[in-house]
Amino acid sequence: MKSKIIPIAIGATLGLMATSASAATLDDVKAKGFIQCGVSQGLPGFSNPDDKGNWTGIDVDTCRGIAAAVFGDASKIKYTPLSAKERFTALQSGEIDVLSRNTTWTMTRDTALGLNFAGVNYYDGQGFMVRKSLGVDSALKLGGAAVCTNTGTTTELNVADYFRANKLEYKIVAFEKADEVVQAYDKGRCDVYTTDRSGLAAQRLKLEKPDEHMVLPEIISKEPLGPVVRQGDDQWFNIVKWVHNAMLNAEELGVTSANVDQMKSSDNPAIRRLLGVEGKFGSNLGLSNNWAYAIIKQVGNYGEIYERNVGPKTPLGLARGLNALWNNGGLQYAPPIR
Amino acid sequence: MAVSEQADAAKVALWNNPRFRALLSQAVLIFAIVWMGYEIVTNTVSNLERQNIASGFGFLENTAGFGIIQTLVPYAEDSTYGRAFLVGLLNTLLVAFFGIIFATILGFIIGIARLSKNWVISRLAAVYVEVFRNTPLLLQIFFWYFAVLRAVPGPRESLSAFGLFFLNNRGLYMPAPVFSDNAYIILVAFIAGIFSAIALRWWAKQRQIRTGQQFPVFISSLGLIFGFPIIAFFAAGMPITLDQPELSGFNFKGGMTMIPEFASLLLALTIYTASFIAEIVRAGILAVSHGQSEAAHALGLRVNPTLRLVVIPQAMRVIIPPLTSQFLNLTKNSSLAVAIAYPDLVSVFAGTVLNQTGQAVEILLMTMGVYLIISIITSMFMNWYNARMSLVER
Ligand SMILES: N[C@@H](CCC(=O)N[C@@H](CS)C(=O)NCC(=O)O)C(=O)O
Repeated sequence: MKSKIIPIAIGATLGLMATSASAATLDDVKAKGFIQCGVSQGLPGFSNPDDKGNWTGIDVDTCRGIAAAVFGDASKIKYTPLSAKERFTALQSGEIDVLSRNTTWTMTRDTALGLNFAGVNYYDGQGFMVRKSLGVDSALKLGGAAVCTNTGTTTELNVADYFRANKLEYKIVAFEKADEVVQAYDKGRCDVYTTDRSGLAAQRLKLEKPDEHMVLPEIISKEPLGPVVRQGDDQWFNIVKWVHNAMLNAEELGVTSANVDQMKSSDNPAIRRLLGVEGKFGSNLGLSNNWAYAIIKQVGNYGEIYERNVGPKTPLGLARGLNALWNNGGLQYAPPIR
Repeated sequence: MAVSEQADAAKVALWNNPRFRALLSQAVLIFAIVWMGYEIVTNTVSNLERQNIASGFGFLENTAGFGIIQTLVPYAEDSTYGRAFLVGLLNTLLVAFFGIIFATILGFIIGIARLSKNWVISRLAAVYVEVFRNTPLLLQIFFWYFAVLRAVPGPRESLSAFGLFFLNNRGLYMPAPVFSDNAYIILVAFIAGIFSAIALRWWAKQRQIRTGQQFPVFISSLGLIFGFPIIAFFAAGMPITLDQPELSGFNFKGGMTMIPEFASLLLALTIYTASFIAEIVRAGILAVSHGQSEAAHALGLRVNPTLRLVVIPQAMRVIIPPLTSQFLNLTKNSSLAVAIAYPDLVSVFAGTVLNQTGQAVEILLMTMGVYLIISIITSMFMNWYNARMSLVER
């Protein structure tokens, strides 16, 4: 129960003081036989454990994809649940190999924290949730409201910007753990709950009476969420980046977990390159040549992952929207494998 | 004799000279520590550089950009990280200060109650101690927080007292004093009151020694300390007015607010620490030999004065050292604040600021430094008090 930030931060400090952390994450990962993946403490659709401790979600599937590419086995992962506040220190200190935890790509994080963002697996934006009984239909009518959110997030900064820009007063109540935010909001401590809109859809499911709450129309920020690695290890950065790209290319080329075996004998050169039938793309990453085959076979393409975890048929019920492929009116666009 | 001994010493090889050897080993140790410190610093700096992590204390001047719910000094989103540090520090000090006062009072009451001859009272006190000492503090903090939130109504059904105080789940709203220019006169009168009370006490003591007559010092001191400022208040034309909270929109505006996060953290720290202080007080009282109170009774002192004038002063010498560690514990435990969104130093600075800037090394050094300084000051004060208490001993 006790907050982990201090131990982690001290660990990180000692780590930074004493080690000369080895740069080759791939070698470390291969030697220990699994990937240490930093995830949330439970955000349905993104990274969420069931009662048996099995993790699911699109962020989890990114990690599973990396494990499939590296080991040919998507299950070789250990998860480290992290609060928003703890996550970067955990990555900097080497406690985790990759952070896949609905984390927004911002300039500070990319440049001053020694981190690299390896892509965007969910394009999101920040929103507000209120009780329907409040009778508010726009965020501009929230002047004077008490707002619950998580510390250590972009959310905390965006909400400050938004209220300041619109000359509205507000009281921010910022908790370290998401569960406490949900509980405090549910108990009436705040008028508003703000976070990424995907997060609102997920956390709303945890409220006592989800139907009594609504999400306001305003989207007040850009929240490109994606996996993060440490700077200074280009090989590992490439692997994480291309795992994501392989999932997108697979969807674009119509390769799914169900048809990937037949697709191996496809005549389409792009598919043949993706599945390692032609070329040596895997070895350029330091991996075997059927790296992408393993990802698609065991985890699926991006579209499958989306539909399974957050899509319209799941409790979150999020339409593809911005996250549709570029040729379908969305923003998801992967460089070609060639 | 002395001369020949010195001559002997001179003959002994330098290497076998105990003084020289002692100095040498000290020098080697100091060198090793300094060298280790140097290695740690240079290694850290080069690691940070290699990992491209920003370093240095320049970030303290950057804009913080986030809001804080409780600020004792002016702070806004465009204030600096340095300012946020100050806000967090003051919030920590605030809760620790009141926590220490309340926990001490409650702890003394419970500790004395445990020794009560009344069976029900002493059992109740024992149950209190066992329950609160043996459950994790974090759970207690959550318990009080959500209990407080559940017990009080929302803003639109606020409870009110005299139309001045309002209570709802956003906080306790109180009128705030507004000082105009000549309000300082009241402060001057207050200080004058304190000094005259001290003088009065001294005079009463002299008189009692001379004549044996007692003077009602306590009541008259109260009169002086509060009477002077009240007279000054009216004489200066009532320079303090009240800013009253008023319902507007979502909630009350104006006045002062005590947020539920502060109230429940203070409650939890007080109740938890008081259970330890109660045990310390009980042990301290039991350590005073029974003969002391028997002697006092024989002199005709009743139970209360015996406790106040004979037992407690002697027990204090046993109580103060462990009491100091409880004060330090309370201060450090206040860092659990982040769990319920109270913006203390750890939450604001070692939490949000660390996360926004990523400068773990600098921020943790500063945070640990602050706790170290608070602890040292508390210990020094308590040591001074302890020394004073033991001087009273005859
Ligand atoms: N995307 C934002 C916010 C991320 C965030 O922490 N969101 C919260 C609220 S949705 C969360 O993930 N909570 C789940 C948890 O802490 O386990 C960021 O990167 O700063």
